[in-house]
Amino acid sequence: MAEAAHAPSHAAGAPHSATGIDSRKLLMWIFLASECLFFGALISTYLIFKGDIPFPPASFIADHLHGGEVTGWFPSDRIGPDGTEYAGVLNIPVTSASTFVLLMSSVAMVLAVFGAQNGRPKMMKTWLFATMLLGILFLGFQVFEFHEFGAEGLNLSTNQFGASFFVLTGFHGAHVTVGVLMLGSILIGSMRRTGLGPDSGFHVETVGLYWHFVDVVWIVIFTIIYLIPA
Amino acid sequence: MATAAGALAPPAVQAPSGVWSWLTTVDHKRIGTLYGISGMSFFVLGGIEALLIRSQLAVPNGDVVDADRFNALFSMHALTMIFLGVMPLGAAFFNWLVPLMIGARDVAFPRLNALSYWFFLAGALMLNASWLPGDAPDTGWFAYAPLTEAPFSTGRAMDFYTVSLIILGTSSLIASLNFIVTIINLRAPGLTMFRLPVFVWMTMIVSWLLVLSLPVLTVGLVQLYFDRNFTTNFFIQEGGGDPILWQHIFWIFGHPEVYVLILPAMGIVSEVLPTFARKPLFGYAAVVFAGVAIAVLGFAVWSHHMFTTGLGPVPRVVFSATTMTIAVPTGVKIFNWLGTLYGGNIRFTTSMYFAVAFIATFTIGGISGVMHASPPIDSQQQDTYFIVAHLHYVLFGGAIMGIFSGIYYWFPKFTGRFLSESIGKLHFWLFFIGMNLTFFPMHFLGVSGMPRRIYTYDAGFGWETWNFVATVGAFTIAAGMLTFIWNFFRSLREEPNAPDNPWDAPTLEWATSSPPPEHDFDAVPLVRARDPLWHDRDNGLAQPEADPNEHIHLPPPSYYPLLIAVGFALMGIGALSHLAVLALGVVVVVYGVWGWVLEPTGPEPAAGAH
Amino acid sequence: MRLDLLRRRRLIATAAILVLGLALAACSDPQSTVNPKSDHADTINDVYIIVFWLALVVFVGVLGATLALSIWFRERPGRVANQFHGNRRLEVVWTLIPVVILVAIFVPTVAAISDLEPDDEVDLPANAIVIEAIGHQWWFEFRYPGLGIVTANELHVPVDTPVRVTLKSDDVIHSFWVPQLAGKVDMVPGRTHAIQFTPNEARDEAYLGQCAEFCGTSHANMRFRVFVDDRATFDAWVANETADAVPVESLSALAQEGGALFTSYVLAVGATPCIGCHTVKGSLASGVIGPNLTHVGSRSTLFSGIRDGFEGAESADRVQRELERWISNPDDIKPGVTGRPNGGMPAWGELLSTEQITAIAAYLRELK
Repeated sequence: MAEAAHAPSHAAGAPHSATGIDSRKLLMWIFLASECLFFGALISTYLIFKGDIPFPPASFIADHLHGGEVTGWFPSDRIGPDGTEYAGVLNIPVTSASTFVLLMSSVAMVLAVFGAQNGRPKMMKTWLFATMLLGILFLGFQVFEFHEFGAEGLNLSTNQFGASFFVLTGFHGAHVTVGVLMLGSILIGSMRRTGLGPDSGFHVETVGLYWHFVDVVWIVIFTIIYLIPA
Repeated sequence: MATAAGALAPPAVQAPSGVWSWLTTVDHKRIGTLYGISGMSFFVLGGIEALLIRSQLAVPNGDVVDADRFNALFSMHALTMIFLGVMPLGAAFFNWLVPLMIGARDVAFPRLNALSYWFFLAGALMLNASWLPGDAPDTGWFAYAPLTEAPFSTGRAMDFYTVSLIILGTSSLIASLNFIVTIINLRAPGLTMFRLPVFVWMTMIVSWLLVLSLPVLTVGLVQLYFDRNFTTNFFIQEGGGDPILWQHIFWIFGHPEVYVLILPAMGIVSEVLPTFARKPLFGYAAVVFAGVAIAVLGFAVWSHHMFTTGLGPVPRVVFSATTMTIAVPTGVKIFNWLGTLYGGNIRFTTSMYFAVAFIATFTIGGISGVMHASPPIDSQQQDTYFIVAHLHYVLFGGAIMGIFSGIYYWFPKFTGRFLSESIGKLHFWLFFIGMNLTFFPMHFLGVSGMPRRIYTYDAGFGWETWNFVATVGAFTIAAGMLTFIWNFFRSLREEPNAPDNPWDAPTLEWATSSPPPEHDFDAVPLVRARDPLWHDRDNGLAQPEADPNEHIHLPPPSYYPLLIAVGFALMGIGALSHLAVLALGVVVVVYGVWGWVLEPTGPEPAAGAH
Repeated sequence: MRLDLLRRRRLIATAAILVLGLALAACSDPQSTVNPKSDHADTINDVYIIVFWLALVVFVGVLGATLALSIWFRERPGRVANQFHGNRRLEVVWTLIPVVILVAIFVPTVAAISDLEPDDEVDLPANAIVIEAIGHQWWFEFRYPGLGIVTANELHVPVDTPVRVTLKSDDVIHSFWVPQLAGKVDMVPGRTHAIQFTPNEARDEAYLGQCAEFCGTSHANMRFRVFVDDRATFDAWVANETADAVPVESLSALAQEGGALFTSYVLAVGATPCIGCHTVKGSLASGVIGPNLTHVGSRSTLFSGIRDGFEGAESADRVQRELERWISNPDDIKPGVTGRPNGGMPAWGELLSTEQITAIAAYLRELK
């Protein structure tokens, strides 16, 4: 982002700031505030439809009967009034693992920021790379999960659970992807001869803010979708 | 008032000329001008749409336009006026004035600023491109489901709607982030928050409203797009969805949006009235707190747009209470403006005419608003011309009158020339008489049972007279607009020799030349009190001298904002046509972002990093 | 502007009286919202009157102050502006006064909301009339489940009797609004809402209603009428509506021809026949996509309130022509009907001969 054109600064490097907070960091914080509302609206939509999933039509049941259970309709196991068994699509053990992976990526991020802020470029690069890997691993879990659900019969148009689940977690995954791209950019930037420059601590910290936010959103999503029963 | 007279000007940066300089500008003043010209042009377009509407409704069973065309006209009239007229005109003032008023030389992120303008233009052109295949959105600006879904809306009109609004929303979001950071961080020495001009406060409040409301609209638009293109059923009842969910999502954005539309005008009027009354604004703190209260409460009233949709009695009571509560801070502002006039020595320039008329016409709009804050009354007024009267009194009688007050006030600052006062007064009277002729009778039409959004009506309902009067009023407004355009172009041909502070106004933008140099201020001002120029004048103080050795670093122009906007527009077009175009758009955006990040922004290469 | 104070005041007073006078004329307009004829509309109007007068006081106060201050404090040579810019007591007062005014509006509002809540069906008095209104693009379907009536665009209710209308929609959101009898409530697909009122004035003239939520191309044309009858008239109407259609044998020759066409299985290749969409009770026609036409010839309006219908024997020619025009091309009268998403009516003018259309129109006209 361009440096603001403003009063001559007397401290070398640091741009003028009436509050002492770097403008770019402030920008990220306010952007994250808007992201709270964005995910809030998606999560609200999910909550509104969550308790209201009707039983599937007979045609769906016929097409999705596997091993005596109907798959691809409800989030968790149900037994219908006529005794039909429905296998829930959510796989809590697997998703717990992916949640752990994302949490660990935040730990890695903290270490990367530490390295950047304390003049330890090797530490910074190592942990940036680790954060990226863990983020990509999380995305891998998501792709796997989406594929599994699709195979079981749950997609965007199946029912309201499908629609709101995929839109919510899909957009979260898109945010993780953008985060991975940002991490990659910083990593590449840090490998130039000039590195990231005197501002490197700041840049890594700002991306770290975004990354932690995306992680926190996932904690909320995981809790609401997977841990709280319908 | 002190200027930097006598100090050596810093190394001259010639204001560049030529089309390319405008396409790559990151200067807040130029971006303000771009927003202003665009906003005014689309305001005229929206006005033409209105004239067609009024021509059709002038007499019963009119045949100026057919039903489908009329439905597109009223939908596009609202979308154009709100998103392409009032909002960019507000942005024009934010851009021009906020850095000047806080003693900064630009906003915090100049390239981001340019980006928000080009995104705006892309969205505006895309929305209006829908006219070409005859697919302009025609389900109202509020686009209630399931009318917007298959099988009821089958062309691409609603896809133009969702995609354009997503682009426009992104533009406003980016601009809002920029202004909040600017106002918080770039204030001149001594400029505490409670010394800020009210206009700057309103800019900040509006920016927060947008930051928090636009994401919700974006989610709704995405869901509607998915319903229409990816077979989800968010708002389709047969698939398990809920049409009322769209209304909640839309109005959680839509209500704060109306405060976005009015608060800038309130800010303008809060600057104009004290200057021409020659006394400080009455109750500055109350006016600021009232603005904050309106913004916060603005998130708590959205369902008053839904009183007739079958909400139970409890939600109706609650939202009625919150809606009535908002009238209190609004009233406080009105009384404070009147208190500003009291005891003054009022100079009635054209700008002051608009500002004083604003108080009157906005109040009328506020009064009718309180009426439909009562659900039982609203059950008779909702979806009638009574609401049309209300909304036009607050939007035309409020926002537009305020904006024109600002235009007459700051025109000398922006261009170095004065708009003619005599032509301006003619413009004012045509607008004032025209708007009252157009919209006051609509109260009667509403009371008389005329619903809104109807392309025609029969004789025998008692609606003929007032509809005809309203049409006459609309053409009177049009005459006023022509008068203004004449005034504008005529004034531009004059010599630009306006003084720094022709109105003897108190705020910092008047402490530099008219128009300001590219670097805004020769020396960064020192602020000792609210209304700094009056304080300096009354206490015989001078502003700091410019430092002849200071090297003022201005951010260089950049074509990446334009490029990224082109890419984003391609993504939008791709969302309406082919995946390949969408992919191309993504490539352009990524390339643009990469270039932006690596672009040097100052003399030292190190400063060009992320 | 240099109008002096007195002249300005006189001008404003004259304008106000003129405007008020003309505004009061709104009371007599047929779809007026301030001419209540039921308990429900009365309750609303009572709140409105309170709010209206409070609004007028605020209007005169604020606008008067604006004008007065502008005139009193306009610049004069030698005048210096008084630089005061705050007065805590004044600010508190002018914050509290609006609160008081708003409470004065809020209290009757809450009372009215409570009063206007429709009773649960089980709590209705025995003589209450229960109606089911279903909104379609662009007509109103009305059913009286207790009486076995299905009709369209025209309601009859007995005076001084509670009427409970449930509101549904078959396609998009509509709104049921007959201002002299009740406020509006939306008809939302997938939901059932209700509205309740007791009309208090029987009269020959209809009460006018209109759809009040934008619902597509012909939203403007979606109107209906409510007749508040004395008991005898209402009973007669019920008797007629519950009966089967007029027997074909008693119709004119032309109408019988039309009837045969109307009830045929195939009227034109590729086009849904009349019986596919319309019902004429007692005949083959039992379609439910379009309005029930069993007694269409006796309705006071045609095509959901936008054309005059039956008004006695002398209206026969006019009704005949309107029906012919409609059957030939409904879009000509009500744009959008042929392309209606949930089932459009064909433009029979392209598929049938003029004589056939004349006959069908005569048949419908005679379905009293």
